[in-house]
Amino acid sequence: MRMPDLTALLTATAVFTSALAFTAQAGEVHVLNWKGYGADEPWAVEAFEKATGNKVVNDFFNSEQEMLTKIRTNPGLYDVVMINAAFNDQAMAEKLIQPIDTSKLANYADISKDKAGSPMLDHDGKVYGVPWVWGLTALAINEKSFDKPPTSIAEMWDPAHKGRVVIRDDAVEAVQFGAIATGQNINDIKDMDAVKTKLTSLMPQIKTFWSSENDWNQMVASNQIDIGTYWSGSADRAKTHFKLPVSLVIPQEGAVAWLDAFSIPVGSKNVAGAEAFINYMIDPKFYVEWVTKVGAPVSANTKAVEALPEDAFNRKVMGDPEVAKRIQFQAPITDAQREAYLALWQQLKVDVK
Amino acid sequence: MAAQGAVAARSGLRSALPLLAPAYLWLTVAIFLPLSAMVFFSFMTDLPLTGKPWAFTLGNYAAFFSQSLYLTLLLASLRLGLEVTLWCIVIGYPAAYVLAKVLKGRSREAIFLLVILPFWSNGLVRIFSWAMVLREGGILDTALNAVLPFKINIDLMYSYPAVIIGLVHSYVPYMVLTCYLTLQAIDDSLIEAGRSLGASRLQVLKRVIIPLSLPGLVAGAALIFVPVVGSFMEPRILGGRTGTFYGTVIEDQFVAVFNWPLGAALSFILLAVVLVILAVASPVLRRAA
Repeated sequence: MRMPDLTALLTATAVFTSALAFTAQAGEVHVLNWKGYGADEPWAVEAFEKATGNKVVNDFFNSEQEMLTKIRTNPGLYDVVMINAAFNDQAMAEKLIQPIDTSKLANYADISKDKAGSPMLDHDGKVYGVPWVWGLTALAINEKSFDKPPTSIAEMWDPAHKGRVVIRDDAVEAVQFGAIATGQNINDIKDMDAVKTKLTSLMPQIKTFWSSENDWNQMVASNQIDIGTYWSGSADRAKTHFKLPVSLVIPQEGAVAWLDAFSIPVGSKNVAGAEAFINYMIDPKFYVEWVTKVGAPVSANTKAVEALPEDAFNRKVMGDPEVAKRIQFQAPITDAQREAYLALWQQLKVDVK
Repeated sequence: MAAQGAVAARSGLRSALPLLAPAYLWLTVAIFLPLSAMVFFSFMTDLPLTGKPWAFTLGNYAAFFSQSLYLTLLLASLRLGLEVTLWCIVIGYPAAYVLAKVLKGRSREAIFLLVILPFWSNGLVRIFSWAMVLREGGILDTALNAVLPFKINIDLMYSYPAVIIGLVHSYVPYMVLTCYLTLQAIDDSLIEAGRSLGASRLQVLKRVIIPLSLPGLVAGAALIFVPVVGSFMEPRILGGRTGTFYGTVIEDQFVAVFNWPLGAALSFILLAVVLVILAVASPVLRRAA
């Protein structure tokens, strides 16, 4: 290599490395979350950057396991991470996340007491996760196929819907759904055989296993399905944003509820920025805009929910005390349980082939 | 003489080295190293990058034998591979023959382009277009009902045939291309000689054309069979309830439960099975070549 080329190359490398070193500096908030899940909305990022002067850098994960691995392998890179409450315990035990000083979050006081005091997020009197939004894995129906919405989970087993039922391709969700259908506690399944028998009898009803919101919406749009498991936020989005004939059904037997929360990883270089970002994420103004423009799950902030119109789905249906009685929040699951659930689910899928 | 030959070979290798180096460097960096890492992972209890303690184990390989579902799925995937390969031969071979021996000039170029076209489009786009065609009320259903006097109901989506259709469409160009190359190399005078010596068309096909084009047929079959056995995208999207195959289970281990060690072990078992099949078939292949 000739000398000038070499120099140019070295300079380029040096510039490149310093650019890399620059990426984790204060003044930036590195956020780790699902893609398309509120925190990366361009209008929200812009509003936050304008208000606080912090620059938001988004990164994404595709599974909770991937999220944990990303924090483990990149200590100091992330400032805010969105962790499902069921995984908060594991992240804390591995010393991946730090306690949060909630006095710095002006909106924290408005978070509903049952969520803010959740034993899944608070350990030894310290807060390791700030509740953000919650939602349900319940049923949704194609309105064209029903005169009046069903009330029971048994509708999924009705021979009239044979070949027009969908369920998500997810072992944990499927097993917990089976637990609800057999009248059991989703976090303490005593009779696994009953769950297996129940799901086995459901399999011949199924058209396909959905994996993304888009799958579900397309099948309804082309009128290929009647009923299936769906997420409450997605059903809301399908109806308000995509104008599809979808409505959510919270069966009398109950539904699986999940709670998503924000945490600050150990080694964050911009804790103040992280606190500001989390406070913005639970702010009523952000929430109302998110619901109106995109569609979202239910905010954990009671003031944010109250800021919605009276007949809004997230306020009227999800805020109904009758609904609150029926739902069961997901608790942490051990790796052994997760693998057992997957083995059961795969066996069911092979048996139906 | 022999020594001279060896020297010539060595100097030939030396001058070839600069030409070979980029390819081998690339293969080492992009294929050999990651694959070795995967072999390593497949013997571990947990991934080192998760930060948890790990140890060496044969448990991931034992898992394949302890549960019948993996074997069931592997057999289903092998059957899928065979069926897709067979359909590719049925559809691709005649097309290759027409391209090589019947069509000339412009029309050959045009047909060739149509054969290659699937290669130029993204795999996912192809699968999703099939989804639009195959479903109830889809393009095929609507078109047939518009033409036919009686009402038929075509809903192939989310079924085993849909998986076959999608895979055959993706892989048939390989068969056409490999067969085309060998068919084109057959000297026309051999066919004419056979005909003039009294062989029927069928006899010429059986005794001249097929034997001479067998290497292409075999190469195409191997190119198709191996990836189809491990396919996961087409079964997952088009197969619906019946779309669980060996490849989709491997994908689950990597993506859904983050169990790379088990996923890697399952992949290497598949690799071993495919290699055994090719090894058993190799005497036949060698005779063909």
